Amino acid sequence: MYDTTRTETAVSQQDIKISASNVQVFYGDKQAIKDVNVGILDKTVTAFIGPSGCGKSTFLRCINRMNDTIDSARIQGEIRLDGQDIYDRRVDPVQLRARVGMVFQKPNPFPKSIYDNVAYGPRIHGLARNKADLDGIVEAALRGAALWNEVKDRLAEPGTGLSGGQQQRLCIARAVATSPEVLLMDEPCSALDPIATSQVEELIDQLRERYSVVIVTHSMQQAARVSQKTAFFHLGNLVEYGDTDDIFTRPQDSRTEAYISGRIG
Amino acid sequence: MTGLAFALLLSASLAAYMINRRAALALRDRGERLHSLGMFHGLYGLLLILVPAVVVTILWIMLQNGVINTLTMSSLPDGALADMANPQLVLSEIQSLAQGRVFGTPEPWKLEAAERMNDLRANSAWLMVAVVAALSAILLLVSRRQVAAAFRARQAVERIVMGLMITCSLVAVIVTFGIVFSLVFESIRFFQMVPLTEFLFGTRWEPQMPIRADQIAAEGAFGVLPVFLGTLVITFVAIAISVPIGLMSAIYLNEFADRRFRAVAKPILELLAGIPTVVYGFFAILTVAPALRAWGAALGIPVAPNTALAAGGVMAIMLIPFISSFADDALSAVPRSLRDGAIALGATRSETVLNVLFPAAIPGIVGGVLLAVSRAIGETMIVVMAAGLIAKMTLNPLDSVTTVTVQIVTLLIGDTAFDSPKTLAAFALGLMLFIVTLFINILALRIVRKYREQYD
Amino acid sequence: MTDLPNQRSKPAPTWSSDEFKGRLARRHRKEAGLKFLGLAAIMLAFLMLGILLWTLISGGAQAFRQTHVTLDVPVSAEMVDAADPAGGNYRGVIAEAMQATFPEAPQERMRALSGIVSNAAQFVLRDRIVEDPSLIGQTIQIRVPVSDVYDQLKKGNVDELSDESTRRLSDADIAAFRQLEAEGRITLPFNWALFTQADSRFPELAGLKGAIIGSAYALLVCFLISFPLGIGAAIYLEEFAPKTRFSDIIEVNINNLAAVPSVVFGLLGLAVFLNWFGMQRSAPFVGGLVLALMTLPTIIIATRAALKAVPPSIREAALGVGASKQQVVFGHVLPLAMPGILTGTIIGLAQALGETAPLLLIGMNAFVTSAPSTPFDASTALPTQIFIWADSPERGFVARTSAAILVLLGFLVLMNALAIYLRSKFERRW
Repeated sequence: MYDTTRTETAVSQQDIKISASNVQVFYGDKQAIKDVNVGILDKTVTAFIGPSGCGKSTFLRCINRMNDTIDSARIQGEIRLDGQDIYDRRVDPVQLRARVGMVFQKPNPFPKSIYDNVAYGPRIHGLARNKADLDGIVEAALRGAALWNEVKDRLAEPGTGLSGGQQQRLCIARAVATSPEVLLMDEPCSALDPIATSQVEELIDQLRERYSVVIVTHSMQQAARVSQKTAFFHLGNLVEYGDTDDIFTRPQDSRTEAYISGRIG
Repeated sequence: MTGLAFALLLSASLAAYMINRRAALALRDRGERLHSLGMFHGLYGLLLILVPAVVVTILWIMLQNGVINTLTMSSLPDGALADMANPQLVLSEIQSLAQGRVFGTPEPWKLEAAERMNDLRANSAWLMVAVVAALSAILLLVSRRQVAAAFRARQAVERIVMGLMITCSLVAVIVTFGIVFSLVFESIRFFQMVPLTEFLFGTRWEPQMPIRADQIAAEGAFGVLPVFLGTLVITFVAIAISVPIGLMSAIYLNEFADRRFRAVAKPILELLAGIPTVVYGFFAILTVAPALRAWGAALGIPVAPNTALAAGGVMAIMLIPFISSFADDALSAVPRSLRDGAIALGATRSETVLNVLFPAAIPGIVGGVLLAVSRAIGETMIVVMAAGLIAKMTLNPLDSVTTVTVQIVTLLIGDTAFDSPKTLAAFALGLMLFIVTLFINILALRIVRKYREQYD
Repeated sequence: MTDLPNQRSKPAPTWSSDEFKGRLARRHRKEAGLKFLGLAAIMLAFLMLGILLWTLISGGAQAFRQTHVTLDVPVSAEMVDAADPAGGNYRGVIAEAMQATFPEAPQERMRALSGIVSNAAQFVLRDRIVEDPSLIGQTIQIRVPVSDVYDQLKKGNVDELSDESTRRLSDADIAAFRQLEAEGRITLPFNWALFTQADSRFPELAGLKGAIIGSAYALLVCFLISFPLGIGAAIYLEEFAPKTRFSDIIEVNINNLAAVPSVVFGLLGLAVFLNWFGMQRSAPFVGGLVLALMTLPTIIIATRAALKAVPPSIREAALGVGASKQQVVFGHVLPLAMPGILTGTIIGLAQALGETAPLLLIGMNAFVTSAPSTPFDASTALPTQIFIWADSPERGFVARTSAAILVLLGFLVLMNALAIYLRSKFERRW
């Protein structure tokens, strides 16, 4: 499904999309992330793996400032998107989130029609000048999420009526519709059956052509299948970061090795 | 006397507990194997006396007056009632004489009757104590005789307790039946005097009827439409004011307020719901109505002294916490994932609330608003104090209107004669009120329950 | 996958363009607008609460003090016969006292001057003399309430600069009162009568004793009936009832009963208790019965919630050592649920205390000038007393209504504080 050699040559040409330095996150008094430094590449799928509670989702939610909605969360350090500090006072989180899309663990379509679900982002951000424009964006997003053929005849039906896998792809379409530069995915397949999972994984592989994709996953197989870069988190630390092949075959750190071989996690 | 009766039955049951327990323990000491613990033998005796004796005493207290009244009235001299239009007025006069409240110079036969009534009361009280004493003594003997090694006292106690609990839960059903039955019964009597069609479709409500033949009063008209219209006007005012304010405060508390503000603001809002309605009524007549009139005068708009706006507006204050807490619950019940989904797309908080949370919470909110409507329709004291008495066919909230509950209370305040359509009309109104609010409540509870299931 | 879109025909949005910046600013303004509206709604509700409380406190505070006048009363033997002190002409005695206080006043002013003293003065005096007949023939000093208009004058509620014909007190009346004040005869002590007297037609004499005792009796009856019934029903429904259609009906029934308008319970009480059973009108016992029926659903619902909160592990543990189902419930579950049940009961009783409409229908708005000695005597209750006073035109009753409301709210605050205390003290979280 993907070609290792091609990936490696691609990586070398790409530049860093997101760079994090000395990121620490606290929930109240509890420290959830300890001093994470990482550079995430453009047009690459990066997987965050690690045992539950290791902070991988927390770090993911820092990249589009979703943690702002939690009262007790406090973030230190720096995260730069295209060189701009996203926690800078001048950065508007509303706009940032349009540029950094997110897909959640459980499919969460709004209780609206399929069309309105996808059109929601473009509408609030004013991306379409007229109805035809919006129709085009919705179609493109649904095609991008490999859902168009299945739903093109029932766009007015509620999004909650779709199957689980379709719902998740609808959510991906919804995120893609605002033309983000980065797509964050928080265990996007954990609530799906194997067939739906493989469809979504296939989709992720295609999305890499246009976006920088960051995916949090519990499944090492999934990380191996879809990602080119992998970061291993353990107890709030970023233990190891590198090419997916290297991480899975020649881990540098003993904790990574223990996790991959199934001894912790 | 009542106190004595209760003291008697309580001490008898306690005595039964101790006597039977001791008897059971004595059996055990003699080497017999008891089936149940001594305590259960005691409890059996206690319950066997307590339950019947309490029931008898309470029934006695509740029913004795009826019997005494009937006895007094039937022993009146022949012809005393012949020239009186209303025996109930005579009875209440005798009753107040019996309590020592003398107005003017009553006829000697009334004084006599009052004296007889007092005698009957005293006799009844003594008889009650005697009956309770006798009953307790008999049951004490009965229970004492049942103490035996093989007696399954625990099972017997548990059966009694189970029966008691079932009876308790039946009381709620009995109360509902009592409400329905009494309302329907009196309403049927009303509709025998006033045709149902006149009641439902008549546009004049003038219930002032002559109580005695020599009084000069209007003939009386019982068309419920203007009363119903008045209720609608006030309910509409109350809901139109309270729903936006309640919703807005719920949105603020749910979305924008920090935890500390929420912790302070919510209980203060709840305070508004805990204030008795008679207080709101006083507030309406003392402060709100005069203020509205003054504003109206300043603007050159005529405002009636008991304008529907004052009653409805004050009712709205009472309903704000009700609607706010319902909307708050409904908004909180929307899964966090939907909120996250909208935020992650770059929606502002207000867009999240208005476009995603609010539409999702609508069923819960509608249920809450319906319950508020039912409350507004059934609310009594605020309108009794602040709304008008005259029924008018008007939709103008600045005008004075009357409501169903106002009419019920004004028709029934003071002495009531249960054979006049004026009194019975109140029960017909009550029946209508009961049916309408019941219908709204069932609908609202169903919507709310469906909504909860949707996200559970 | 061949349906990869060619949507790159449209350039990616440039977030830094003026168009997008303007749009973003508009969106944030909308957000601020909604936030402001929400805060305004809450503040409006608070403002209403504030105005309500301020009205009551500023209006009611005056009623907690009552203007009194101290008079030197010559109790002459002509007016009061030592053989029958109770039948003396005390009105005349008071008139003589006023005469002595204003020796220069012309005879035609005497009637008006006697009006300074409350109607109660003669009874206060009578009680003093009946208690100690040896006072006959002496001049004694008594302190009695002044009548309402003068009470209002003392409290500054009379506009002395207004046209004389528009007020109830003439300039001469005011001058006379000021003279008494100058002589130091006028005092403004705490109004104990508010708590030691029952209702009266004269505001300066009217108190809440009857209403407080009436409410206490009604609440006691309400508690004694609804508490055991409510707990019994709740335990059965929560712990024993089989899940049948029948228990479903009871459940729906209780929920609906909780939402029936209170005035309907009054109709029930009037038709069943008063008309069919012939029970006493205006009696706190009947009031308590009606309130008990209203409170019952509240207690049942609260008790069931409290029982539900006790974890099943406790039941299983007790069943496991061989206790019967009833022993488990009464021995283990009920005691653990008790704080929750009591909290719910107190809140239900607090609601019942403020309930007015059903009490009006069973006649607890009677005018009764003595406190009830048993729950079967005619009486008022606090909320109905408020209703009666609010209907009375005298100025003094306006302040007393507010004062009565403050007393009622005081009781409600106490009860709720007790409920909160119980909850925080005993509530356990599993």
